[in-house]
Amino acid sequence: MITQEEVAYIAKLARIELKQEELEKYRIDLNKILGYIEILKTVDTTGVEPLAQVTGLENIFRSDEAEEQGIADDILQNISETSGRFIRVKKVL
Amino acid sequence: MNYEPVIGLEIHVQLKTRSKMFCASPNNPDETEPNRNICEVCTAQPGSMPVINKEAVHMAILVGLALGCEIPEYSKFDRKNYFYPDLPKGYQISQFDQPICGAGIQVVEYEGKKRPIRITRAHLEEDAGKLIHEGSTTLVDLNRAGVPLLETVTEPDFRTPAEAKIFLQNLRNIVRYLGVSDADMEKGHMRCDANISLRPAGSQDLPPYKIEVKNLNSFKSVEAALNYEIKRQSEMQESGEKLTSQTRGWDDSKGITVEQRTKEQAHDYRYFPEPDLPIMHFIRGDVEKIRAELPELPAQKEERFISEFSLQDRDAGVLVNDKNLAAYFEEVVSELEEWFKEERLEADIAKLAKMAYNWISGDLQALLKIEGIDPQNSRITAENLAELIKMIHQGQVSTTAAKRILEVMFETGGDPSHVAADEGLSQVSDEVAITAVVDKVIAKNANVVADYKGGKKQALGFLVGKIMAEMKGKANPQVASRLLEEKLH
Amino acid sequence: MDFHLATIKELRQGLDSKRFSSAELTKYYLDRIKKFNKDLNAFITLTEDLALEQARAADKRIAAGSQEMLTGIPYAAKDLFCTRGVRTTAASKILENFVPPYDSTVVARLRAAGAVLVGKTNLDQFAHGSSTETSYYGPVHNPWDLERNPGGSSGGSAAAVSAGLVPFALATETGGSIRQPASLCGISGWKPTYGRVSRYGVIAMSSSMDTMGTVARSAEDLAITAEAISGFDPKDGTSGKLPVKAWSKNLTRSMKGLRIGVPQEYFVPGIEKDVKEKVSMAIEEIRKLGPKIIEVSLPMTSYGSMVYAIVTPSEISSNLSRYDSIRFGHTTDKANDLYELYAKSRAEGFGDEAKRRIMTGAYALSAGYRDAYYTKAQKVRRLLVNEFHEMFKKVDILLCPSTPNVALKIGKAADDPLFGYIADQLNIPASLAGLAAMGVPCGLGKPDDGAAVSLPIGMQILGPQWGEELVFQVGYAYQQITDWHKQKPVGF
Repeated sequence: MITQEEVAYIAKLARIELKQEELEKYRIDLNKILGYIEILKTVDTTGVEPLAQVTGLENIFRSDEAEEQGIADDILQNISETSGRFIRVKKVL
Repeated sequence: MNYEPVIGLEIHVQLKTRSKMFCASPNNPDETEPNRNICEVCTAQPGSMPVINKEAVHMAILVGLALGCEIPEYSKFDRKNYFYPDLPKGYQISQFDQPICGAGIQVVEYEGKKRPIRITRAHLEEDAGKLIHEGSTTLVDLNRAGVPLLETVTEPDFRTPAEAKIFLQNLRNIVRYLGVSDADMEKGHMRCDANISLRPAGSQDLPPYKIEVKNLNSFKSVEAALNYEIKRQSEMQESGEKLTSQTRGWDDSKGITVEQRTKEQAHDYRYFPEPDLPIMHFIRGDVEKIRAELPELPAQKEERFISEFSLQDRDAGVLVNDKNLAAYFEEVVSELEEWFKEERLEADIAKLAKMAYNWISGDLQALLKIEGIDPQNSRITAENLAELIKMIHQGQVSTTAAKRILEVMFETGGDPSHVAADEGLSQVSDEVAITAVVDKVIAKNANVVADYKGGKKQALGFLVGKIMAEMKGKANPQVASRLLEEKLH
Repeated sequence: MDFHLATIKELRQGLDSKRFSSAELTKYYLDRIKKFNKDLNAFITLTEDLALEQARAADKRIAAGSQEMLTGIPYAAKDLFCTRGVRTTAASKILENFVPPYDSTVVARLRAAGAVLVGKTNLDQFAHGSSTETSYYGPVHNPWDLERNPGGSSGGSAAAVSAGLVPFALATETGGSIRQPASLCGISGWKPTYGRVSRYGVIAMSSSMDTMGTVARSAEDLAITAEAISGFDPKDGTSGKLPVKAWSKNLTRSMKGLRIGVPQEYFVPGIEKDVKEKVSMAIEEIRKLGPKIIEVSLPMTSYGSMVYAIVTPSEISSNLSRYDSIRFGHTTDKANDLYELYAKSRAEGFGDEAKRRIMTGAYALSAGYRDAYYTKAQKVRRLLVNEFHEMFKKVDILLCPSTPNVALKIGKAADDPLFGYIADQLNIPASLAGLAAMGVPCGLGKPDDGAAVSLPIGMQILGPQWGEELVFQVGYAYQQITDWHKQKPVGF
């Protein structure tokens, strides 16, 4: 069972601020989900490699060609706080 | 109590590809305009996807092979998740359990002792952007975000800071020889973190703690920071304080390390395989093809310089440390050999090589340093320098005159015989011409000649000086001295 | 002409014979959208000016005789596809004002083909959901019963096609998000083989499963749209290099000799009576065409949703990390420091379901738990995928219900953390394996609760990876002998 402390830790890792009552709500929700999948543990996976991709593709590369995409200025348009062409954020510790 | 340092390194080398690791944005470390070399991929616009730069993979395998690393059959990318303003996606595409280069070995030589250093692995990843702190805010420039990095990790096999520094210099030389990075630490092309702890001398166990030192921006700072830590940690141990693992930053101006706050306190990076990038599969044949591309590496070159040209270890080391200087040296020597062959003279390669080394590492390098250029970009071609050395060897110019000729060649690019003629610096070795002056000087200085004949041997020097003065310094002093002696006997 | 009942093929003929122009067609659909969207809430953004401009350009192209299959045909895109210069929200608050600087590959291909984008459709926020109720812009209503949800996450696209607001729409599926709403809205939906259609420029949910497909009025129309958007994209490293065939011209195929499997596990306990009956009847209809129908078993099926409940949140937790307010998206005005800038912007910008999935995923990947959850799930996934591979050695195609039930009342999903995983249990296994699939309408029926409504029921056609050709052929064959795909909701 996940505790509120663990929910708080995960929320911090994931950078989502939670109010006290939300900690409890998500604790219940996460426990429900983990309870639902509990039965997975009973599947015998001895000697089974995990499968992260289904395409079977290998060695998909791009050749090393540089290209100015011409969208740098459009990208900067969406930034909430800039200083010249820099992105400005709250001070990094 | 005596302590022994246990040191390991993690070195990031920026690869000199044309485009970034996972997108076509230019990889240009000299870009001055912030956020210019960016696109939807390296700024993590919603929906954008990475594709692996083939050349970066190729470069990584080259470095791996040069470091004696095993290249595994399969390699994959993983996501390392953490939040930081220089990391647009909120994860760095890196490699977790299947790095592109596996274990390897590099030999480090320090004070005549050779010791193998085990390389744990080397993996590919993407660089983060640059942060500039300004008052209460931080400015972010993403030009560097997504530039390919190769991170090499060593086992804690170094026992002195000097060894660590030498390893780093060797690695720099290797990547430069391979042409995969400029590896300039001051410019951040190559960045090093060190971990260091102390154990009682004679112990084989790894200490129960590890201090990671960051911000090492030069070879000098790597050595200085490690020496500082040895002192700090042994003092703490002496006074009975318990050392625990932590990250410290090197403050170059103060010459101390300071504890750092880390970005992700928990270091819970939640690695998992990057679903956007199919795995890499290297068959033996492909790897061998890449191995065949390996140029002569610095260590091999150094050995060859010693055996082929009888250079001193130290001299060979100086040359090999600079790929361009070493190449230039070889060219000069080969020009000289060529000339000896043509003239059907017996060549004393060792002597010529030594002369070439002295001129290149001495006067020429001093000139190059002032201009901040490589010998290949100077006006003095290897052929012209070889000719100058030949003129010295043949006595056509004096050493003093040659220094002046070299300067003129560096300025104007002329060939040495013309420069010598234009500047009136040619040395006269013509025996007829010198004999005439010898006769004249003997006639004019009868007393001195008598002193000499009376046993005052140092009088000979005086007479040579007179000959040189008479000939405005252009006489070959050896020839003048021999002819004078012959006349006086 | 009743444009809204027409297929793409019929519209093509009308445009090419100059019976009507693309501009007229586009205005017609725009008017319908304006008329019905209040009831349905299927669209988040209308792109009227762009649409009319594209329609005029298409008319010029048609006049010049250089048209392609989709030139001048209006369509809508799920608001997960990046559209350069057109706001793309993912139905979230965090991207409420996001205007992408680039086009997704699929939208770029349709643009190049001359198709006309009329708007961006509503969805579950970031495609997290199965009812289109988690949208920040309000729920979508099912045209067959406005009190019911259309399924999800591509509920806006499905409702729009179902109500005849567009002839086809772009949709995405990670685990049911095309087949399930297509079924609940009585239309046809194509969930491509993973890698068949570029994912580039489509806001990622779960990268190892996301697919970009279409919903339309028939299997034939799906084949036409599939030809236009499929194929290798150098910008998507997971897209396959297999050639795109002329599927729409190769739809007729004898069903004789075909081995069709009916997996018993898909008739789950709790499946509604009418659903079971109609799907069984549909299979009987197909049997008449001469294939060999084989009852088969896929015992790993029941684990599918559990694997999905771990793997998708894991990938989501990482994929949604870029929404940090720094380069785009909602920024809090209450932050005192960098940590708060992240944590408050994300807390304000994401809905509950997104937060729940982010946290589930972060937990499943976190130190000490990754092996027990994420890695374990990926191992079971391999067993499930292997089971499909073995099955497709024995059969050519699988037929089964698309959903266990007909459309549910809005509010039924109500913040149940397991709702989606259970709603999509019949779709998820094929998604985990990256199979080619299609959903087709196969009847109308009542929910088990006895409500006096007649709602669409869907059957899914599952083929092996890259099995599009056969999937389209089976769907087409079925639609040649039945009319269920021509049914339309009353009032539209």
